[in-house]
Amino acid sequence: MGVSGVLLVAFLTVHMLGNLQIFLGAHALNSYAHFLKISPELLWGFRLAMLGIVAVHILAAIALTLENNGARPVDYLREKSAASYASRTMIVSGIIVALFIAYHLLHFTAHVTNPEFDLLLDEQAKPDVYGMVIAGFSNPLTVAIYLIGVLLLSWHLSHGVSSMFQSLGLRNRRSACLIDSAAYLYAVVIFAGMAAVPAAVYFKLIS
Amino acid sequence: MTLNGNVPSGPLANQWSEYIRHSKLVNPANKRKFEIIVVGTGLAGASAAATLAELGYKVKAYCYHDSPRRAHSVAAQGGINAAKNYQNDGDSVYRLFYDTIKGGDFRARESNVHRLAEVSVNIIDQCAAQGVPFAREYGGTLANRSFGGAQVSRTFYARGQTGQQLLLGAYQALSRQIGLGAVQMFTRHEMLDLIVVNGHAKGIVTRNLADGEIKAHTADAVVLATGGYGNCWNLSTYGRQSNATAAWRAYKKGAFFANPCYVQIHPTCIPRSGDYQSKLTLMSESLRNDGRVWVPKRKEDCGKNPNDIAEADRDYYLERKYPSFGNLAPRDISSRAAKEACDDGRGVGPGGRGVYLDFSEAIQRLGKHKVEERYGNLFDIYKEITGEDAYQVPMRIYPAIHYTMGGLWVDYSLMSNVPGLFVLGEANFSDHGANRLGASALMQGLSDGYFVIPNTINNYLATQKEKRPAADSDAAVRAANEVRDGVKKLLAIKGKRTVSDFHRELGNLMWEKCGMARDKEGLEYALREIPKLREAFWRDVNVTGEGEELNQALEKAGRVADFLELAELVCKDALHREESCGGHFRSEHQTDDGEALRHDDKFAYVAAWEFKGVGTEPDLHQEPLNYEEVKLATRSYK
Amino acid sequence: MNVTLKVWRQSAGEKGRFERYEARNCNPNMSFLEMLDEVNEDLTNSGKEPIVFEHDCREGICGCCSLVINGEPHGPEYRVASCQTYMRSFKDGDVITIEPFRSKAFPVIKDLLVNRGAFDRIIQAGGFISVSTGSAPDANSIPVPKVSADLSMDAAACIGCGACVAACKNGAAMLFVSAKAAHLNLLPQGLAEKDRRVLAMVGTMDAEGFGSCSNTYACEAACPKGITVDFIAKLNRDYALASVRTKLLGTDVAA
Repeated sequence: MGVSGVLLVAFLTVHMLGNLQIFLGAHALNSYAHFLKISPELLWGFRLAMLGIVAVHILAAIALTLENNGARPVDYLREKSAASYASRTMIVSGIIVALFIAYHLLHFTAHVTNPEFDLLLDEQAKPDVYGMVIAGFSNPLTVAIYLIGVLLLSWHLSHGVSSMFQSLGLRNRRSACLIDSAAYLYAVVIFAGMAAVPAAVYFKLIS
Repeated sequence: MTLNGNVPSGPLANQWSEYIRHSKLVNPANKRKFEIIVVGTGLAGASAAATLAELGYKVKAYCYHDSPRRAHSVAAQGGINAAKNYQNDGDSVYRLFYDTIKGGDFRARESNVHRLAEVSVNIIDQCAAQGVPFAREYGGTLANRSFGGAQVSRTFYARGQTGQQLLLGAYQALSRQIGLGAVQMFTRHEMLDLIVVNGHAKGIVTRNLADGEIKAHTADAVVLATGGYGNCWNLSTYGRQSNATAAWRAYKKGAFFANPCYVQIHPTCIPRSGDYQSKLTLMSESLRNDGRVWVPKRKEDCGKNPNDIAEADRDYYLERKYPSFGNLAPRDISSRAAKEACDDGRGVGPGGRGVYLDFSEAIQRLGKHKVEERYGNLFDIYKEITGEDAYQVPMRIYPAIHYTMGGLWVDYSLMSNVPGLFVLGEANFSDHGANRLGASALMQGLSDGYFVIPNTINNYLATQKEKRPAADSDAAVRAANEVRDGVKKLLAIKGKRTVSDFHRELGNLMWEKCGMARDKEGLEYALREIPKLREAFWRDVNVTGEGEELNQALEKAGRVADFLELAELVCKDALHREESCGGHFRSEHQTDDGEALRHDDKFAYVAAWEFKGVGTEPDLHQEPLNYEEVKLATRSYK
Repeated sequence: MNVTLKVWRQSAGEKGRFERYEARNCNPNMSFLEMLDEVNEDLTNSGKEPIVFEHDCREGICGCCSLVINGEPHGPEYRVASCQTYMRSFKDGDVITIEPFRSKAFPVIKDLLVNRGAFDRIIQAGGFISVSTGSAPDANSIPVPKVSADLSMDAAACIGCGACVAACKNGAAMLFVSAKAAHLNLLPQGLAEKDRRVLAMVGTMDAEGFGSCSNTYACEAACPKGITVDFIAKLNRDYALASVRTKLLGTDVAA
């Protein structure tokens, strides 16, 4: 979980930075998008690798949850746990985030939910990602789904990032405070960065 | 009859090496043909089982806990003595030997004590190699402290958990052998009888506490390391499960019980708060370095808030009676003085059984910060248990039973008078005489287990080839059936009183009549009352449940039944020993200063008792104590 | 004070259920186990079977006692065992739930008493230093830095009670195993076997049916001896390095 988590966190960071280029205007975002798609081999190699990592993360989570549920077959009448709520609900937040990612891929990558996105082209007759985002976030339901998905993702990260250091043996009493605070901060930044785009579009701060 | 300790001849310092040199060896290929039963897995038992298995014997180890790591050795706090002289302060094997003999009030066997002092150094080496995290100096060498009034710093320690850490070391060594298949471990198994064949100990009968199964186990030799009998007094610093059953049933099968009246009482325990009290917790004696002990001068002040009692109305009785030692008077003296004050009606706290240990003067003199630095953890323990803040109000303390020096009689090789039955640690009587020095219990347990038994049991085994009976032999089956009958008998009574009720009554009687100070009248009273109580027990005890299941009431009933017999022997021994020595104080035998008065001309012997039937007078055997190296002297603390 | 108890009762082969008992006239200075002793006296006197629970030293060091009180292993007080919990932590009229430690690896034997033999088997697999009696060098011949000795002692303070497992929603034994491994791995004496030890102990832990750590740290909060999850991080590190060395490179920390 820890190793796949590190890779996913790295991807997420780059993804967020890429998204934020929308605030630099249509040209900036579209040329970034075009740059990512220069080589179909690289693009699909990367996409498959990411799907693989996600799959590993999910399969490990499922295996862990099944094993762990089996290791405590009987629950307490009323348990009073000192563990944080986020840490105890990773599988729940994880499932919701996984569903959100599936929706996100169908929405913006495969265009299954919105086939009309295929038709959006910029002045160079290449796919107009900027226009797609603006169009995509004009629907309040979509924006709501994205905000909830990103919120749960951050909730997941608020435990996951610090936990990653612990699993890799890189956390101790001294560094715990720093690592945990940094992890919370990271979760907040991811939420802010990721939520900024749909919110800005919806409230017509960019158009 | 005169008993022989089978001590090797020659000068004291050479006896142990001479003994080893002349031992019969068992060929490595033959060792695996011998099976040894080890009962108890505290310091002595676990270290013995591990070491015997390392040597190649087939070992079967038994404990009544769920794990060998839980024996009450785990609770020892202070440390372990060893004559390493790492501090260059004049310590030596001889000095440790002499201190132990003197501390035991000249009632221990010289040769055993010298051997104990000799192997003490090996114990520290062994434990350090096992990973016991002893306290260290910054340079990486071992730290020492002075303990229990010793004039040299020879005590090794691991915070306040030395017993726990040493036990874990032995437990780990034992676990390694279990993992290797060299030791077969039986947890939750309580020994309920000894199997004796042709006069030799050849097995035990156990009850599996988890399912109630009673079974005979046979072997070529039996090693008992089952601890002391302090719970005979009900309230003590012992674990609640600690019991004398294994040793007592061995006694009833012919093993002699030596010096049962030698019992150590610790002066600084937290007093009981009510009749429900189940055990007493020890507070380090170091508290007396700065605390002042007092009770109100007038009985009517006892209920008052101690801070409202004027200085002039307080009786600092230790400072008054022992001006030079004051609050640091030895354990037995300060214990007795506390009891006298309470008997006088001036005790404080619930039931009037407590005296104040006051730090207000120390806090004024040193500042609260310094007191906290020295004793903070103890103040915390006190607060946890009593809910009182000892920085604000004086602590209350009272003496409690802490250790039993008496036990099954053994010779120099730690073998009892029943051939093939070896007894180690607190369960035997051997090394502490009439009183044990601080930080010496751990030393003795490990000495017996790691270094003595592996070098003595071979002398017995070498003569025992192919004499092990089968587990279904007549003797084994008969012994198991006897145990089954005993269990049935207890369960059939279904009377009106609980086991704990009898235990409490016995404990009170023993504490009053055979506790810190004993006299003829009190002991004779106890000797009249105990048989009556025993009789009431067998008529009116209520043991619920069945035998073929986990049944804690039944476990306890068997143990209390044995205490009801053992208590009588303790009182008999105390009555017969017409002198005061160490932990045995007879009020009739004291100096003008209230000091213990020994009668070396009459009582310089080990009293070993032979069972002749319940309620029947036991036979007394004497092992004379011949002091060749040291001269008998009188302790003085004035 | 009077309290009502909801106690888990279960015999061999039974499914188990809660029973209600009244504990009357408790003294606030009674320990929780003494309160149970008194309830058991009452039960015995009324011809019922007393409640079975494990206990011995009653001073928080043997690790026998193992009660879950109101959903918390060892009860509401911080850093104490069940036996060091006192009635003054409760209020008159409280309803107190008492359950056994719950975990697949700790099956209930009877009532509140469970089988923790799995812990012993983990130690038997590798929780030791292989040094037979008599073969030790002089204790001062191997200096141990004070920092290592102190840290090792922090880990060695574990009493093996299993509260960490009971508190963990995953029934994981990582706090116990990591403390036992760290105690020995931190000392120069334990270095030679470090990789073997870690792999063997973790392997046995998994085989015994304990769950996996998901870093919720509930164990640390329940530990009566204040063992920290730092040792879990250390175990993760030691395990990863031992796996790489042993399984990939075919070598060992000692080689």
